[in-house]
Amino acid sequence: MAHQDKVAEHVPPAAGGPRPAAAGGWAIDHRVEQKLHHKDSWGIALRRDWRIYTFVIVPVLFLLVFRYVPMFGNIIAFRRFRPGGSPIGDEWVGFQYFDMFIHNPQFWSVFWNTVILGGLWLVIGFPLPIILALMLNELRSRKLKRAIQTISYLPHFLSIVIVAGIVLQLVAVDGSVNQLLGVFGIDPIPFMQRPEFFRAIYVISEAWQTVGWGTILYLAALTTIDDQLYEAARIDGANRWKQTWHITLPGIRPTIVVLLILNIGTFMAVGFEKVLILQNPLIYSTADVLNTYLFRVGIQSGQFSYATAIGLFESVIGLVLVLSANFTSRKLVGASLW
Amino acid sequence: MTELDATPDIVGIRTSLTQVKDTTGTRVFRVVNGVILTIVCAVTLYPFVNIVAKAFSAESYIAAGQVNLWPRGFNLTTFKAVMGDSMFWTNYRNTVVYTVVGTAIAMVLTTTFAYALSRKHLRGRNAFIGMAVFTMFFSGGLIPNYILVAQWLSMRNTIWAIVLPGAISVFNLLVMKSFFDGFPAELEEAAALDGMSTYGIFFRVVLPLSKAIIATMILFYAVTQWNSWFGAFLYLDKKNLFPVMMYLRNLIAAASGGTEVTGNMDDAVQIGANIQSVTMLLTVLPIICVYPFIQKYFVSGVMLGSVKG
Repeated sequence: MAHQDKVAEHVPPAAGGPRPAAAGGWAIDHRVEQKLHHKDSWGIALRRDWRIYTFVIVPVLFLLVFRYVPMFGNIIAFRRFRPGGSPIGDEWVGFQYFDMFIHNPQFWSVFWNTVILGGLWLVIGFPLPIILALMLNELRSRKLKRAIQTISYLPHFLSIVIVAGIVLQLVAVDGSVNQLLGVFGIDPIPFMQRPEFFRAIYVISEAWQTVGWGTILYLAALTTIDDQLYEAARIDGANRWKQTWHITLPGIRPTIVVLLILNIGTFMAVGFEKVLILQNPLIYSTADVLNTYLFRVGIQSGQFSYATAIGLFESVIGLVLVLSANFTSRKLVGASLW
Repeated sequence: MTELDATPDIVGIRTSLTQVKDTTGTRVFRVVNGVILTIVCAVTLYPFVNIVAKAFSAESYIAAGQVNLWPRGFNLTTFKAVMGDSMFWTNYRNTVVYTVVGTAIAMVLTTTFAYALSRKHLRGRNAFIGMAVFTMFFSGGLIPNYILVAQWLSMRNTIWAIVLPGAISVFNLLVMKSFFDGFPAELEEAAALDGMSTYGIFFRVVLPLSKAIIATMILFYAVTQWNSWFGAFLYLDKKNLFPVMMYLRNLIAAASGGTEVTGNMDDAVQIGANIQSVTMLLTVLPIICVYPFIQKYFVSGVMLGSVKG
């Protein structure tokens, strides 16, 4: 191999005649190359593209170790795990741990909290960036548009720790929200001690942080819509609303569908880190979600197998949701992730 | 529509084209739209302004609920106190180290992998892509990850537990891959004919032409690493290894009493909004400083990657 590369390096580019056949795959005649690629065995592919494969080795190893080994590690959901014992558990116990959480009323309260919070966020949080993007798109002043985008993207770059800190300060008894309520003669409310406010606080803060950034892909999609379509629609007498409904929205439909599928897939994993910082035992009745619960029973109480069973349950729901959302959208609107 | 209707229609076009732009409805809509968006902006900015005001205010005014947009009882004593805390600086320096090392590792892995995946003739390409994409939809979960890092790899209380587990973001990988997909094949063929090897092409042709996307990805990874705290929360016990976000997190946890304090705070005295605000301000400062300069890159970078993908 090495000597062939050397040959390739020494052949002057302008020289006619047959080119060396295996110079990293680049110097091969295009048609020959195509033919080769269809019938290549791994041996030929490796010999030709070995330099490219060197780019693949470390990332693939990384994925295997840090992504696929944990998937395999889920095996302890079915095996008894003892700290200090075997890392893949000591003996098979079947579905014992699944049985345990399914018959645990606390699990179901946490499960429904997750579904409600995730559902609420999907219903409110998903359309917001679309609306904002449509509104931004209608702005004629480029400067104003640029300014609004710059400002609305900013919260996306803040740490969850900072966002949670800001939220806790705003809703504190002496915080801005209570000051505002005071103007209307309402006594200060200790929001973080009242379970009934948690969902609103979560959804509003999540919207504040993510809506601006969420518009970026829609704005990109909007720029690809042909202006002639709008002209034609105007000629046909379509007003602004009709143009939006019949041209703009269908124009960004593929983007909407793809993002919706991705959102549905992460629906059960609602803002774990933020909820973890925001929640406190007083408001567990609405603020405790699957992930924070499994964090407590798993990492803090050391019930690894039990928590892994819950985590696996959640991951499987996520996977099923993505697959069915993708399937449904492919059947109904012809757009899908793959 | 019959051919006979053609003439009146053209007249109709003329009038509608000139009129549409000036209807009162449109103008009212524009104004309302602009006003709403400005309000959205003000609401987005308010928490930032409020934090800045609180950082420079006396705690007594904050507790009385009198600090909104402007500091009351202006003072810098808290700034001096936080900046005089050696643990704050140790944690701050840790964050810088974790960010630089983590971003470097992530960039090397993501760029090389994305480039390889964009080579359409690479055998096994689809398998590699599928392998990466699958991890977006199914993950091992918290506990198996914890056992892997803490027990199998014994990375507790080392920098590796912080910088390695998140090294490839599949989303970033796909954005980069679709950027490389858009590279004209002729360019690389020409370089190959000039005798460049795959490595030469990658380092001397492809990378120099990808500055915008590389800047974007560096920003994304660096911000993620700068902002992260949970890895440290899971895998680090030693206070002097903490990133600054853990320092801040412990302040917040101690202040909001309800959550259990993990025993990291020496001074269990009352931690007010003033000291929290100062710390938030100092930890977010680098991001605020870099943000205006890189903004144009990441917008174009993300759009380049996403529109094609």
